[in-house]
Amino acid sequence: MMMRFALIAGIALGAATTAQAATDIQTVESENGFTAWLAEEHSIPFVALELRFRGGASLDEEGKRGATNLMVGLLEEGSGDMDARGFAAAAESIAANFSYDVGDDAVAVSARFLTETRDEAVDLLRQSLVEPTFSETALERVRAQVLSSIRSDVTDPDTLAAESFAKAAFGDHPYGSPYIGSLESVAALTREDMQTALHNAIAQDRVYVSAAGDITPEELSQLMDDLLSDLPETGAPMPEDVDVQMQGGETVVPFDTPQSTVVFGHEGIARDDPDFFAAYVMNHILGGGGFEARLMQEVREKRGLTYGVYSYLVPKDHGPVYMGRVASANDRVGEAVQVIRDEWARMAEEGVTEEELERAKTYLTGAYPLRFDSNAAIAGILVGMQLDGLDPEYVLTRNDKVEALTVEDINRVAKRLLKPEALHFAIVGQPEGLQEVSAPGQ
Amino acid sequence: MSRIAALIAAACALAAPALAQEDQVTTFELDNGMDVVVIEDHRVPVVVHMLWYRAGAADEEKGSSGVAHYLEHLLFRGTENLEPGEFSEIVAANGGTDNAFTSYDYTAYFQRVAADRLGLMMGMEADRMVNLKLAQEDLDTEREVVIEERNMRVENDPGSLFREQRSAAQFIHHPYGTPVIGWRHEMEQMDLPDVRAFYDRFYAPNNAVLVVAGDVTPDEVRTLANANYGPLHANPDIGPRERVVEPEHLAERRIIMRDARVSQPYVMRSYIAPERDAGDQKKAAALTLLAEVLGGGQTSVLNRKLQFETQNAIYTGAFYDGTSYDDTTFGMAVVPAEGVSLEEAEEALDTAVAEFLEEGVDSEQLDRIKFQLKAQLTYARDDVNNLARRYGAALTSGLTVEDVQAWPQVLQDVTEEDILAAAREVFDRDSSVTGYLMAPEADAQTEQIDSNADAEVGQ
Repeated sequence: MMMRFALIAGIALGAATTAQAATDIQTVESENGFTAWLAEEHSIPFVALELRFRGGASLDEEGKRGATNLMVGLLEEGSGDMDARGFAAAAESIAANFSYDVGDDAVAVSARFLTETRDEAVDLLRQSLVEPTFSETALERVRAQVLSSIRSDVTDPDTLAAESFAKAAFGDHPYGSPYIGSLESVAALTREDMQTALHNAIAQDRVYVSAAGDITPEELSQLMDDLLSDLPETGAPMPEDVDVQMQGGETVVPFDTPQSTVVFGHEGIARDDPDFFAAYVMNHILGGGGFEARLMQEVREKRGLTYGVYSYLVPKDHGPVYMGRVASANDRVGEAVQVIRDEWARMAEEGVTEEELERAKTYLTGAYPLRFDSNAAIAGILVGMQLDGLDPEYVLTRNDKVEALTVEDINRVAKRLLKPEALHFAIVGQPEGLQEVSAPGQ
Repeated sequence: MSRIAALIAAACALAAPALAQEDQVTTFELDNGMDVVVIEDHRVPVVVHMLWYRAGAADEEKGSSGVAHYLEHLLFRGTENLEPGEFSEIVAANGGTDNAFTSYDYTAYFQRVAADRLGLMMGMEADRMVNLKLAQEDLDTEREVVIEERNMRVENDPGSLFREQRSAAQFIHHPYGTPVIGWRHEMEQMDLPDVRAFYDRFYAPNNAVLVVAGDVTPDEVRTLANANYGPLHANPDIGPRERVVEPEHLAERRIIMRDARVSQPYVMRSYIAPERDAGDQKKAAALTLLAEVLGGGQTSVLNRKLQFETQNAIYTGAFYDGTSYDDTTFGMAVVPAEGVSLEEAEEALDTAVAEFLEEGVDSEQLDRIKFQLKAQLTYARDDVNNLARRYGAALTSGLTVEDVQAWPQVLQDVTEEDILAAAREVFDRDSSVTGYLMAPEADAQTEQIDSNADAEVGQ
């Protein structure tokens, strides 16, 4: 199936439900001191539950790169007295879905289960988080899958571009290397490393909980105590912050393929920075907002140089970046890079127009309530808001904050945030004509 | 591994059996022959408006591959009433998002907006059904865009190139053997006459299915649809879809593709398989369950035999999607473990399937699968976008609303014997394609030597 325009998820603005739905967000405290945000909705007999454990793959210890990723991959591969297939069969027999994922800043656990088998589902989920067995056979099987993935990354242009950019932006910080690990580091990981990674990453002091669907506050409170009380109270300390210091220019990773894949960007802006909001709206106009964004207009709609070009704020907990992506045939990528540079500079110098800002506001305020159209989506948003340090009331004020922004706000932040001289392009492919096109004065 | 799974699943598309409850869905037809499906969900004031045409890449003229998809792009490039790009601008100015997609059997356009903007969306969609107006400059630019899309999706990805080659080998005569995005040399030649011909032939209300899902009532949709789409004239030349029929397959096909960008080799086997037919979905239901039994996750037969009882594979999968206008395929994939050759992986796959046919279906596994399918009916109600897509895809693939609503029960009625019978019928080597995707010889040898370096030291 061919999409006209494959959407790449940018970083959502914390976000929440519509003004009228907002009153439905309840904060639930459990007896043992856990907190959850709940959107109670009883019309469909199931619950979407989201857990986040802050820290994620950046908690990998020195020399153990890939440990958190491998550990998370093993959570559903055997726990309690069940092996991998026993656990899967138990989940299948009650039609519960669990997914375990890892990122730079958090481990994400998502669950969906029917009301009629809620207790069994919570038991299984608890078992996977509290009592994973990390058996030797499971470890070797999942390790082989991870090693295969690492080998595939070596010939994947998207991964190569992302890794090249991350290395340039973050250096030796955990963000600077792929959290999947290297062939060497993953080959050396032991069962003890898995236990350590588990206790480092999955602990009570870093958990965030949300639920949406067919569950009452009392039931959710009990659920949290059942699910989380046996976790260790504290995990590993959070990683250090990193100072992003990009050098402008290009890094070319030679790769024999017809289209060059490009990741570009420089230092970004923290999620809790007072200017983040203005930066978000500015980026929407520059490269984040679909076909109307300047980059899409200039690179795709006017020149046909690409199928898609996007920019997005990545407010990582310990080192925010501002990034973008484009892919263009080897003999055209030089022009695409130049157009992006020019647009970056034009936005920094000229800012946005009144009309552009009005269009962005109409879109952003109108699109806001549309995000909350399912229990699954709402649960994801509520847990994301908690990670971003927002209050439930944010949902009532968010559109007003968008409306309050002025052209002056946007342009001041554009000047502060955009650094055309620091804009770095990691290019994977056989790009032609880069030097000529990007030389000053052309 | 999810990465590998996604890679291969993207090539094969998993069966998706869930459905809405019948009381959620209303259907009717406009006087000009346009079919309408309304799926109600009043939890949030949002609607999805989708217009599906019963025309896709498999309806293109031979020699103009890619035109259905190119036209889909061009529908955003202006009409008698809207400037190029203005359609999406208006959607965005109303807080909505819009997009479109093309497959073999359909082309579909959709917008997600606040419920009170539905009429506006219908008005614009009706406009571009009949008033398309294209400038040569826009045709040229958009041709570059779709070629870059092909670069990104296909040329830059050996797995996608491999899929194209396998499909071309699978279908000897039928257009399912031609890529939806088009062969590159034909894409380069696409221009106004082909586009216009496809548009004039297929874009008409009596060849379209309107699906509206969300916070609306059937009466509201009827009123708005009559006002916006009602005035459009039916095209009297729209008849039954006529496509060439595959000849009998007499020889199994084997392809080997080597590409330096391949790090993880794998083997794919596919067979021609029947699709869901209106009023006759039993065999497709058995094949849907067969794919689950063989390849549906940790407890599946291939996983058990190739990853747990033996360590031949690091990933296995089975794929079947019965929603198709003409005969489709049933596929299986094995990503071998290190040190296992593709020949050995293929042999292990064949052995596993042969054993399965002897041993029969594990009734506990089948019960679990059927329970999950039932649960899907509950989970599906949380996602009306997806429901809208299922109805649209079914109704543009020769099925009726009744077929869609009967499908869950047809799945529940499948027996162990039905599954085995379907497997025996479909697993006919004469209709199969076996494909190996691997790195070039020299590289493969180098890698072999590297990984055996320790063993070779003593020699």
